[in-house]
Amino acid sequence: MSLPGARERRVRTGGIELCVAELGDEGRPTIVLVHGYPDSKEVWTDVARQLADHWHVVLYDVRGHGRSTAPAPLRGGFTLEKLTDDFLAVANAVSPDRPVHLVGHDWGSVQSWEFVTVKRTEGRIASFTSMSGPSLDHFGHWIKQRMTRPTPRRVGQLLGQGAKSWYVYMLHTPVLPELAWRGPLGKQWPRILQRLEKVPAGDYPTPSLPDDAAHGAWLYRDNVRARLRRPRTDAYAHVPVQLITPTGDIFLSEKLYDQLELWAPQLVRRSLPGKHWVPRTRPDRIASWISEFVAANEAAREDGRPVQDTAPTGAYADRFGGQLVLVTGAAGGIGRATAFAFAEAGARVVAVDRDAEGAARTAEMARLIGSPAAWGEAVDVSDEQAMEKLAEKVATEYGIVDVLVNNAGIGLSGSFLETTSEDWKNVLDVNLWGVIHGCRIFGKQMAERGQGGHIVNTASAAAYQPSRALPAYSTSKAAVLMLSECLRAELADRSIGVSAICPGIVNTNITATTHFAGAGAAEEKRLQKRTSRLYGLRNYPPERVADAILKAVVRNQAVVPVTPEARGARFLSRFSPGALRGIARLKPPL
Amino acid sequence: MTSAVKDEQAPELRGFREVQRLAYDCAEAVAARLTPGVTEREAARMQRDWLRERGVRDWFHLPFAWFGDRTAFAGFKVPLQFFPTNRKLEPGMPFILDMAPVHKGFTADIGYSGCLGLSPLHDKLLADLEVHRELILREVRERRSLREIYEDVERLMIKQGYVNRHRAYPFGVIAHKIDRVAEHRWSPHVFGFGTQSLKGLMSDALHGHRDGWSPLWSPYRFSDHPPQPGLWAVEPHLGFRGTGAKFEEILVVTDSRDPEQSAFWLDDDLPHVRRWAEERVAA
Ligand SMILES: NC(=O)c1ccc[n+]([C@@H]2O[C@H](COP(=O)([O-])OP(=O)(O)OC[C@H]3O[C@@H](n4cnc5c(N)ncnc54)[C@H](O)[C@@H]3O)[C@@H](O)[C@H]2O)c1
Repeated sequence: MSLPGARERRVRTGGIELCVAELGDEGRPTIVLVHGYPDSKEVWTDVARQLADHWHVVLYDVRGHGRSTAPAPLRGGFTLEKLTDDFLAVANAVSPDRPVHLVGHDWGSVQSWEFVTVKRTEGRIASFTSMSGPSLDHFGHWIKQRMTRPTPRRVGQLLGQGAKSWYVYMLHTPVLPELAWRGPLGKQWPRILQRLEKVPAGDYPTPSLPDDAAHGAWLYRDNVRARLRRPRTDAYAHVPVQLITPTGDIFLSEKLYDQLELWAPQLVRRSLPGKHWVPRTRPDRIASWISEFVAANEAAREDGRPVQDTAPTGAYADRFGGQLVLVTGAAGGIGRATAFAFAEAGARVVAVDRDAEGAARTAEMARLIGSPAAWGEAVDVSDEQAMEKLAEKVATEYGIVDVLVNNAGIGLSGSFLETTSEDWKNVLDVNLWGVIHGCRIFGKQMAERGQGGHIVNTASAAAYQPSRALPAYSTSKAAVLMLSECLRAELADRSIGVSAICPGIVNTNITATTHFAGAGAAEEKRLQKRTSRLYGLRNYPPERVADAILKAVVRNQAVVPVTPEARGARFLSRFSPGALRGIARLKPPL
Repeated sequence: MTSAVKDEQAPELRGFREVQRLAYDCAEAVAARLTPGVTEREAARMQRDWLRERGVRDWFHLPFAWFGDRTAFAGFKVPLQFFPTNRKLEPGMPFILDMAPVHKGFTADIGYSGCLGLSPLHDKLLADLEVHRELILREVRERRSLREIYEDVERLMIKQGYVNRHRAYPFGVIAHKIDRVAEHRWSPHVFGFGTQSLKGLMSDALHGHRDGWSPLWSPYRFSDHPPQPGLWAVEPHLGFRGTGAKFEEILVVTDSRDPEQSAFWLDDDLPHVRRWAEERVAA
């Protein structure tokens, strides 16, 4: 039994017996977790454990799976109608007076769609979180629509999903699937999950797998053909739905959900990088999205505001809602704009800067535009010990960082011969060591958690555009670019993406604080003012760099030059480096 | 005019104060009548009608109304975009009413920011405008160059986390001079601006050009001079991700040596100023 502390009971219904496990305080609202194929309720172990801190959590083995008994005969014993009976029996047993929050993965989600779209469950369900399992009825209409009006794009979508559904056809053949599952496939399955799906080894799958898989084949045989041929026309969800879509699901195309709003008017969308078995591979993210959605629905029942109206609306809100994002150099410029963009997408934000007041201000404003929680932290990124302390505090108080943006940086201009070793030390300490500390300390936490993440490092176009005016700065940024590339290679296995951002000329405060080596105090002031005005004339806003950063995370891009000049220089650096060397010799017009 | 503005009680100033009050009264009256579904055009028309009923015949510029992210001038590229559109007001949306009536020969130019319903974000923007009003007055009294003051305001906005949105105005101005306007029976508009007032501005620009100052207070070199005595309609405008807020009111600049007399806000009894005072009491 891999659910320590679980209370077990058996619920009789329709001639079978279901094995039901309960965790958490029964006085709290109830969440019912329904597993998929070929699984048992243990697929939820990690998610359930986290949810149990706040909610009454109920899991059951679907009929014919795990320690629930199988109907006899099997054929006709797995229809969606019977599965609905089972669910209602469980719900009535564990939460007789209050509707339950339903969560389904894979076939658990397929059957839950039936539960939330039939009349007889009305009033028994408060919300539904769906993962990797569409409604067969919606799917049926989706196919019909594409067959009756086959534009090239629609045919492409049909073929795409058709290819992903290969296993569904296999499962419709008689006997063979059972033989395979009870034989070699059943033995190999855990290893297949580890290799292809990156599901961590452990107490899952359970020893009942071959039987679960053999029985569960009837889920497909009893329902798929019938429903796809004659999909229900009234399959409208009568509860708010949260749709969680893993972007790397090899069994389901994201296109399946294109028009889901028509069927589920109260829809909140979520997406995350991951494969099919996200309850195993991304339990933290899944648990917190479920928890937030349940909480939002409970609150909505009280104040009457529809949940989808309370969800953040910024770009990529589906992706970053509730995530923990840490940005360094967040008291101004690109860092602050980045913190705001993540805040608008509903992320929780830790704004780090050596300017304490500025960081606190960023956090305050972030909360006003959609961040459910935001904190300002005064830390110098070049101070290793301070960074260690910060990481410890963040991990214990706010959680493990999902997205880290190493953005703090300072400018240094002036010829190499006039740059002192003190100047070098200053710029490398912040621009390079700051990034190294961030990647090392927070990257380690991410890797140890083993649930993916993303690191963004702000390099610069100066990383590949040599110039006589910025030797030390460019060197520091070239190092950041290479560090990012190497780290990307190393962390790919752990589903942690790494991106280097190369902004170009952006209108921020950096020009006003840049040190000009060799210039006296008065001359430095003049140069700072002059460059600030030039950058002001160029007037490329930091908000657009922030947008590029969010996009880089969503698409897991390796190197992102942002402004046109940064893109132009990147192009030249690959195809005509001689031209760049020519530009490098020009004296800046100051 | 320079000597006339010295004395706060001068009847001239009273005339300006009256029309400025009238304009703010109009803004408050119209704002109270804004409901979901009202369009910018309708809101502009409401201002126009309200003021016409009270004797306004000429305009420095016709009333503007901006709703939603248009309060932050999101995506504004050409001046035509300032004109009222058919955008409808929705619950939770910020709005700005901006009008410049001429009354009995005196001009006002005001900006009023509000929000339909509660918005902590909008409240924050409004509250953060207060330090700008203080900063502008302080530095004008210090006789700093207008261009420098402009840059200081902008720096403060950036420090607060905002974007300077008065940069979107023609020439990026934070203020412009206003003056008395001769009353004519017939005063046509060009692109929403009254021809009489434009004439005044043009002649100021000509004189100023000769003497090295400009009636436009901008970030450019032609504003690199100390504040010129006269009346300035000052309009710092903050933008923050689709929400904008501003105030606009008259700053009196004189050639007095007494700092207090050398510059002062024409009227301290205006809605935004009262609001700040109330917040301080509440806090
Ligand atoms: N602005 C540009 O044109 C441009 C171009 C390419 C790259 N970049 C890079 O983008 C990043 C952000 O720069 P910006 O333009 O927003 O500049 P900025 O000066 O506006 O912001 C940098 C922030 O980093 C903070 N900071 C500096 N040193 C720190 C330290 N040791 N510890 C903690 N915080 C520190 C500063 O207080 C400031 O808030 C930098 O790495 C910079 O090198 C900027």
